[in-house]
Amino acid sequence: MTPTPTLFAPILVAAVALFGWNCWRRLSLTALGQPDNRLDNLRLRAGDTLRYAFAQLRVVRKPYGLVHLTIFWCFLVLMIANSEFLLNGLFPAVSFSRLPDGLFIPLMQMIDVVSLITLAAVTIAMVRRAVAPPYPEARTFEAFFILFLIATLMLASFGINAAKLSHLHGSVAALAGTIMPISSLVVALIPPGQARLVYDLSWWTHAGALLLFLNLLPLSKHFHIVTAIPTIFLRRHEQPVLPQREEFVTGNRFGTADVTGYSWKELLDAFACTECGRCQLACPANATGKPLNPRRVIHDLKLNLLNNGPALKRRQAAPLPLIGNRGDGSIDTETIWSCTTCGACLEVCPVFIEQMPKLIPLRRHLVEMEARFPEELLNLFENMEGRSNPWGIAPTERGKWATLVGERTFEPGTTEYLFFVGCAGSFDARAKQVTLALALLLDKAGVSWGILGKDEKCCGDSLRRLGNEYVFDKLAQENIALFKERGIKKVIVQCPHCLTTLKNDYRQYGIELEVIHHSQLLLHLVQDGRLALPRQATELGRLVYHDSCYLGRHNGIYDEPRQALALATGAAPLEMPRSREEGFCCGAGGGRMWMEEFTGERINLNRAKEALAQGPDTVCTACPYCLTMLDDGMKDLQASTVQVKDIAEVLAEAALR
Amino acid sequence: MLIVACIKQVPDTTQVKIDPVTNTLVREGIPFIMNPYDSHALEAALQLKDRFGCRVAALSMGPPNAEATLRKALALGADRAILLSDRCFGGADTLATSNVLAAAIRKISQEQEPVGLVLCGKQTIDGDTAQVGPGIAVRLGYQQLTLVDQIEELDMPAKRLVVRRKLEGRHERVQAPLPALVTVVRELNRPRYPTVPMRLAAVDAPVEIWDNQLLQLDTQAVGLKGSPTWVARIFSPQRAKGEIIGNGCTDPEGAVDLLLDKLRAKDLLPL
Repeated sequence: MTPTPTLFAPILVAAVALFGWNCWRRLSLTALGQPDNRLDNLRLRAGDTLRYAFAQLRVVRKPYGLVHLTIFWCFLVLMIANSEFLLNGLFPAVSFSRLPDGLFIPLMQMIDVVSLITLAAVTIAMVRRAVAPPYPEARTFEAFFILFLIATLMLASFGINAAKLSHLHGSVAALAGTIMPISSLVVALIPPGQARLVYDLSWWTHAGALLLFLNLLPLSKHFHIVTAIPTIFLRRHEQPVLPQREEFVTGNRFGTADVTGYSWKELLDAFACTECGRCQLACPANATGKPLNPRRVIHDLKLNLLNNGPALKRRQAAPLPLIGNRGDGSIDTETIWSCTTCGACLEVCPVFIEQMPKLIPLRRHLVEMEARFPEELLNLFENMEGRSNPWGIAPTERGKWATLVGERTFEPGTTEYLFFVGCAGSFDARAKQVTLALALLLDKAGVSWGILGKDEKCCGDSLRRLGNEYVFDKLAQENIALFKERGIKKVIVQCPHCLTTLKNDYRQYGIELEVIHHSQLLLHLVQDGRLALPRQATELGRLVYHDSCYLGRHNGIYDEPRQALALATGAAPLEMPRSREEGFCCGAGGGRMWMEEFTGERINLNRAKEALAQGPDTVCTACPYCLTMLDDGMKDLQASTVQVKDIAEVLAEAALR
Repeated sequence: MLIVACIKQVPDTTQVKIDPVTNTLVREGIPFIMNPYDSHALEAALQLKDRFGCRVAALSMGPPNAEATLRKALALGADRAILLSDRCFGGADTLATSNVLAAAIRKISQEQEPVGLVLCGKQTIDGDTAQVGPGIAVRLGYQQLTLVDQIEELDMPAKRLVVRRKLEGRHERVQAPLPALVTVVRELNRPRYPTVPMRLAAVDAPVEIWDNQLLQLDTQAVGLKGSPTWVARIFSPQRAKGEIIGNGCTDPEGAVDLLLDKLRAKDLLPL
């Protein structure tokens, strides 16, 4: 059946209309979300789009990403060819052959070669998915079918072009090999006199595959072809991604139990997921057998949105609960509580989907609206509210450690730095040794520092990550009022959780503090010659450094601790396979420090094993939570000969001994 | 039916200090909390409310600032909060306290809504007498069921209550007619956590303040004047300073031996 506009036009119109309708059905659901201004910083957004959408800098972090990058760019080129194909089907007069030779020949050459590259790339992609899929569930019919469709498109276009070339005569025919080097090879395969049939068959196959592909997009993970670029353009720029503040006024809702609590951009994320599975491979909860899988969270959010969308649009109750218990809703409570908020998912997502931040509103709903949470947290919440520390120790005990270094109250106007010691550093026996080491180092370097003593309150990090925004808000306001009253501008912290909370979260309350983590400050002091290191702490032996998530991924501090350790020990620290941006959580973030871990392997054991595999004598960290978790891990693995030390203790060995 | 949960605002004992000169509690800057045992009594009342739909009143005697603790009770789900506060109630011992609380419960039951059950913590963490609960029961003529760790049955039409009492080394199942007074131990339940909407609602909810004009009690039977108990002195027990023996870091086994020797010398080891 020879393609004619009268035959093709209705098919094309129907296919495009169906595609448009399916896109609209999905994308219009994002209007159920809350307002969210994502059109600021347009220049930055444009740059990000170039870097991450067109250059795919995140995709190519993994070797198979190159295959994707290839297919992406081939697609862009072939969009030109396919536009001509569709237009030509409607208006036969529209054809590249009308272009001057100088343009026509290189264009056809490019399309021909790119088609072959695409064919090769999708073949590699198919083999990879069959032989070594990114994760076992990635071997879906849908994934193979789409790749098969793309391959079909390429083969059909070779068929069309070969059939066309076989009609050429004389001197033009001699040029065939130049104009279409690949398709001209196919010419020989056409049986004599069958060129017309091959053309018709190829043409309709191409048309059918193209329109089927188009209509599969909105119904599958390949919708990302439409949504990924806007998702990258609309990404959040703040680093780290912070939860929104809540206003504690009667009638407000706190957290969310349905999709309408998310912003429209967060709902768009659900349609942008490519199901590449990188988040799930990076997720410490997923790696240790917890029910949390960030990819599934996004997928389940999408299913919930599709399921409930029509009812929610009519302002009716959602039939499928977003929060479920053992499968009766989209996202189970155990999944919600499994997250350590380490941010690994955010770091690896090629299209900047915000997975982890989607769990915080659900935790808020459970805590603030239903008071439903793992029972271990009851004590934590009450201790935080009543005594402003996680253990419920009397606040008057907070500054007691300082009696060992003499009275050190922060004096407004005279003291330069507030040393915000944090709860662990003030109360935990092991962390207090770190506090002491740091205090002695600061004194040795002649730093002017002081503490708030019993007036210091927990920064509220765990509360905020656990969704208890109400008590977090109370502690934050009390701390900030005190900072303002005492004129505090510069703060030293030894806990990355205090660091991120004071520096980033408190900014939402209108206070800009210059917060410096001790690993940074100590390095600066050594580099400036204020802190002399008269000896090298070689007795610590082989030393491996563990990145704290809140120091590294959340605040980008990777190099200073390593440099400081190198100066103190004379050698760069050993690295674990999962380090820096890919660092693996100790298991204590996101308030998990205060929770039991019943399901699967313990995260701290997983990490401790990785550290032990480097054959270290000392494991060094820069976070009191990591210190506890890794120390416990070493004990559980019968490896207590390996010391776990904070960076301040390592520097103290070099500076004070 | 109304369930009354008696709660007391107590100083957070982990933070209490005693003034060495005056032998009184240093109250300045010490946070107050709901007596922990009373929070279990309130929780029991709220659970009965959840199950049977009865109403819950939180009742407290104390200075005006005890209102904060009653607001917490409202945030947790109490329907009413009543603070018995009058200068003449001040300085009360357990006898005078029982007089005032019993009078208030009698007034509620006779004039407002019938009280079926009164719940108290087994004792408070500041006084530790465990006398007020039984004192109220005696004055009201209610059955008293102390040290309850399980409420097994509440049959309101039959006005019957079955509870389990936690005694030394054994449990006791007791049935009693209503109205009754129950004092509870911590094992009874886990107190709930307030939701934010409930906290916000509690901020504006009324706390009824009842003074002696309302209760019309003989001023000789309340407060300091009605209290036969006089506290002669409060003091922290002297504790002999400990000593550090051995070095657990460098010589853990030697340290253990030293410790065992010390314990043996004091005849504190079974062997």
